Amino acid sequence: MSDHEYNPKSKFGKWFNDRLPLLTLASHLADYPTPKNLNYWWTFGGILAFCLIIQILTGLTLAMHYIAHADFAFESVEHIMRDVNYGWLIRYVHANGSSMFFLAVYIHIFRSLFYGSYKSPREIIWIIGIMIYVLMMAAAFMGYVLPWGQMSFWGATVITNLFSAIPLVGESIVTWLWGGYSVDNPTLTRFFTLHYLMPFLILGLVILHIWALHVPGNNNPIGIDIKKPSKDTVPFHPYIVIKDIFALLMFMLLFAFFVFYSPNILGHADNYIEANPLVTPTHIVPEWYLLPFYAILRSIPDKLMGVVAMLSAILVLAAVPWLDTSKIRSAVFRPLYKQFYWILIIDVLILGYVGAMPAEGLYLLVARVATGYYFVHFLVILPVLGAKEKTISLPLSISRPVLGDPLNLSTDKKKESLN
Amino acid sequence: MKNILKISFLIILILFGNFQVKANEKLQLLKIDWSFKGFFGKFDRGSLQRGYQVYTEVCASCHSMQYLSYRNLAEKGGPEFSIEQAKAIASNFEVKDGPNNDGEMFTRPGRLSDKFVKPYANVQEAAASNGGAYPPDMSVLVKARSGGANYIYSVLLGYDDPPSDMIIDDGVYYNTYMPGNKIMMPKPLDDGLVEYSDGTEATEEQMAKDVTTFLAWAAEPQLEARHKMGFRAIIYLIILIILVYLSMKKIWSRIESEI
Repeated sequence: MSDHEYNPKSKFGKWFNDRLPLLTLASHLADYPTPKNLNYWWTFGGILAFCLIIQILTGLTLAMHYIAHADFAFESVEHIMRDVNYGWLIRYVHANGSSMFFLAVYIHIFRSLFYGSYKSPREIIWIIGIMIYVLMMAAAFMGYVLPWGQMSFWGATVITNLFSAIPLVGESIVTWLWGGYSVDNPTLTRFFTLHYLMPFLILGLVILHIWALHVPGNNNPIGIDIKKPSKDTVPFHPYIVIKDIFALLMFMLLFAFFVFYSPNILGHADNYIEANPLVTPTHIVPEWYLLPFYAILRSIPDKLMGVVAMLSAILVLAAVPWLDTSKIRSAVFRPLYKQFYWILIIDVLILGYVGAMPAEGLYLLVARVATGYYFVHFLVILPVLGAKEKTISLPLSISRPVLGDPLNLSTDKKKESLN
Repeated sequence: MKNILKISFLIILILFGNFQVKANEKLQLLKIDWSFKGFFGKFDRGSLQRGYQVYTEVCASCHSMQYLSYRNLAEKGGPEFSIEQAKAIASNFEVKDGPNNDGEMFTRPGRLSDKFVKPYANVQEAAASNGGAYPPDMSVLVKARSGGANYIYSVLLGYDDPPSDMIIDDGVYYNTYMPGNKIMMPKPLDDGLVEYSDGTEATEEQMAKDVTTFLAWAAEPQLEARHKMGFRAIIYLIILIILVYLSMKKIWSRIESEI
């Protein structure tokens, strides 16, 4: 955090602040100079903080009524839905909240990819972000197991079985994870414990994520370094706060629509059937937000290589700051990268779609091509583009665009016509 | 403002694009304009009460409903029988209770607080009495089948003669809407099978509609409260959004910059 002078007015304030500079911190957060040209894609950071808090609060309440036992878990969820005051609301907010959380995190990640927010000096922010994302996936997966429906049980079986792909010790590891010879009560109780732990780990990482952000300050849509504070920045409060609140309310509107009018549309009907080890569902599919990785996993015929590919698909993201060799951050000034960026988005959406379909015939072929392209994008296209791409000249500051640059003028005009 | 509309539109498009793809691939189910669908959807009280009658007289001999209590029948948003009616319904059932002070289990008439009495003691007994097929519990059945209420309604009315090239064993029936077209449950409904006390004609379609409505309520007993609260929440959010938008415009007007 940058040096920040703050002198409390009251005597007590000064006494307290000398011992624990909380007021200095608060003042730093309020005055934090933020680029004034941040667009709405930048509001998802605040939205994500909201999602995490909502998940923790609703989760705590659910945990008061939930019973982590294979014989009672399903029943206790129905008890929450029927008998607990507003239990249905709390559970639907929590269940749909995870989907909204992932929706927001995907927008947040892809915003970063578009505007090059992962590039120097923000690599650590990005890597912490990837760690948060991995923990989120773990938390979401374990949370989905807790209602102990058919998809919970079989999803847990499929995913934990992935560890059996590890040579030599795989089977033993799976037995150790399960706490037995199949997914059963010991698995459920440990998943509950870990599911309870994850959000607090995430919260810790979020604090580091924000701390790391406050050292270099926000990136911005133009992606140039700006002087702080200057004419290019505004204090975080009230300018960014009010904008974040506005965006958050729009987001809550979508959230409310799901919770109140189609609370089960993002889930799977089979999860309202109590877990039965003797009956396997026809299609075992994870929640929508894990589908792209599921598609990558299934596109490789070899189990071990499939797991390796799936993990690499996530871990390759952590290497992006070094794979992308371009010095220019924002895709606005990278005409070629911009096109590949949209192709990547389509590629990931295709992966998500085939992940929901049975792994056979045309779907499998499409999944393989899309998986291949996913890795080509990060491992080949990004490094090559950095060297080959002809970029558009950058403006000197947010307030003063490059004079006489025809490309810049045309983007300005486009902006005007949009507003 | 335009930007945020664009963003929201894009998100909604992507989400619903997925659902459309999902929905198109299913066999076309029989569809009914259910009263409980939509923003103001409510259950049809009469239909729920008739549906309960069909459930007790027809389904309940094999299908349990273990997560419902008799008190639910009198609760708001449900069939809304009067407390007396619900008590009378409950007392028709024998509930096993105990142990008493002598350590004996005993049976007593049902009370409002009791869960619906199950037709079989356990899953094994239920399966053994039904040719090996366990009649699923009906508490959340509507939510546990993709297609929901339309699916249940379709299966109830989907009994037909099998195509000539299909061999059907004894105790298995042909059903157009059942996955695999084979079902172990005999055709449950026939015209005039129950006698409705409110004078509604008990046609097969009417009974299927009523009992499906009842099952939809059983799976989602708080649906009416949810729709009502959702409407209020959304109105509240919209008003707040307008106010915050105006405040934002005002605050940002202090500096010359677009938001």
